[in-house]
Amino acid sequence: MSFSRISMLAGLAILVALPTVVPPYFLHLLIQILLWAFIYTAWALMGRFGFVSFGHGAFMGVGAYVPALLWSYYDVTPWVGIPVGIALSILLAVIIGYPCFRLRVVGHYFALVTLALSQVVLLSLTAARDITGGSLGFTPRAVGHSWYALQFPEKSYFYVIALILWLIGLYVWQRVDRGISREALEAISEDEDAAAAVGINVLREKLRVTIISAALTALGGAIYGQYFMYLNPETVSGIAVSLQIVFAVIAGGVYSLLGPTVGSLLTLSLTEGLRVWFGTNFIGAANTIYGILLILCIIFMPQGIVGALQGLRLRRSRTKMAPAE
Amino acid sequence: MDIYLLEAIINGILLGGVLALLALGLNLIFGVIDVVWIAYADIVMCGMYVIYFLFAEYGVPLPIACLVAIVAMAAFGVLVHLLIIAPVLNSPPINQLLATGGLLFFLQSFATLLFGTDFRNIGVRLPIIEVATLYISFSRLIAFAIGLVGAIALYLFLKRTYIGTAIRAIAQDREIVGLMGVDQRRIYLVTSAIGGALAGLAACLLALQYDVHPFIGNTFGPVIFMICVLGGLGNMIGGFIASFIISQIIAIGGYYSNIELSYVLAFTFFIVLMFFRPRGILAR
Repeated sequence: MSFSRISMLAGLAILVALPTVVPPYFLHLLIQILLWAFIYTAWALMGRFGFVSFGHGAFMGVGAYVPALLWSYYDVTPWVGIPVGIALSILLAVIIGYPCFRLRVVGHYFALVTLALSQVVLLSLTAARDITGGSLGFTPRAVGHSWYALQFPEKSYFYVIALILWLIGLYVWQRVDRGISREALEAISEDEDAAAAVGINVLREKLRVTIISAALTALGGAIYGQYFMYLNPETVSGIAVSLQIVFAVIAGGVYSLLGPTVGSLLTLSLTEGLRVWFGTNFIGAANTIYGILLILCIIFMPQGIVGALQGLRLRRSRTKMAPAE
Repeated sequence: MDIYLLEAIINGILLGGVLALLALGLNLIFGVIDVVWIAYADIVMCGMYVIYFLFAEYGVPLPIACLVAIVAMAAFGVLVHLLIIAPVLNSPPINQLLATGGLLFFLQSFATLLFGTDFRNIGVRLPIIEVATLYISFSRLIAFAIGLVGAIALYLFLKRTYIGTAIRAIAQDREIVGLMGVDQRRIYLVTSAIGGALAGLAACLLALQYDVHPFIGNTFGPVIFMICVLGGLGNMIGGFIASFIISQIIAIGGYYSNIELSYVLAFTFFIVLMFFRPRGILAR
């Protein structure tokens, strides 16, 4: 067994053992970090190939609201509701993705179309206020501890769920990274015409990665809803959520496996740290700093923190090797 | 025809005037610098705060407050260009989009930090005019008129002056223009200043109609992007026409259902049209 594998297993063991030792507040933070890391990783599946979506709030919103509404109004268990939500998200992704990729809506235009999509979901959720509670938010019917309703007042259950989700996210990312699709998608992001000319099915490759990304994001949204037991159109589908996703991933590093996770860790610790530090008198302090950091990241290290660190290590090992050459 | 529908249509036209002004500023910047300022509506928000504080808190006369806001936003536009856009001018377009996305985050949160989330109104109540049983808000009429004047003034500036010609030349071909002896960096600064000033002007007009709060940019921002893209990014006449189409959809949709659904309709219309005319309604 290699060293990296041992350290990976040790890290995992620590993560699994954590809920028994840390106080509930930190567990709450850890759950959020893992959940967001999962959603960010899902976004990065597309983002790393240059398909920058500002519409992941739409997938998250559908994924979160559908099971919550089905459960509260029709007693449909989330075990059915969540797949329905994911299916609807995939449908949405195809409805938007197919024409976009077919008609070569790329770059700015793709970002703005997906932004419009998230606005459509946001405003629809707000407009259907008789059912969803509109901008006041929605609280799913609570029943206490129940596997059937997927509701657990104890945080450790959700910690394990979030941990599993996160690992699934990393696994999918790894699969895409090592698969043949990656070469194809990288070729597409460099030059669509050239990629098509060498026989890559551009439409299918793009659509596939979009569907995976949307489905995972919807799943993340669903668990987010089950955990917090409160949904608000702005906090799951708002423009701020979509931008937050983009920012955290860019800050962490869009091209590396753990980049989105680092982004999640960073943004949440920052929010919490500033909240504890300043108290609630300074709402907005955290986001002010986010904004500045985002601008600085884009200007000075577009490949993110993890990417920058890897680049540094690469450069160091190269200088070490230099005398031997 | 139903009198309320007619009122909705007229209100739509009046709304279109302000949207056109905003779209014009964004389009100018895109056409010339080739960067989408995703935080454009939030610069308008800053302008509205300037007017609010000068006029409502410090008692500065409204016209002077407006003038200060326009000048301040022009300066702000230059600052945004120098600090944020210039360093990423040669990066991929998406990085530029994200850099101004960071600005959006920053402006909204900083405004929240400074002013809180209260809705503030400058407290000017302009009369409602009654024209043949139609009620028309005077503040909207003014906004429409000034928006139109602003658009025409910009058009004349671009057509009649040397620097305007240089700006249009850059929008057409940024490589050749340098060879013709035009200083690109200066043109970029002038364009950013004009874009900022237009945002300041829009702030004056919007401050008469709406309460200012840190997130007011979210109300207009997405709509303005849709308009610019619909008109064809960088195409000012297209943007002008698109603002009236979108404002009509919002106004008439609002008349038949409610305001959120009318926006849903407008965004859906945008998405669908992107598939048929991805380069804008006027694209050949």
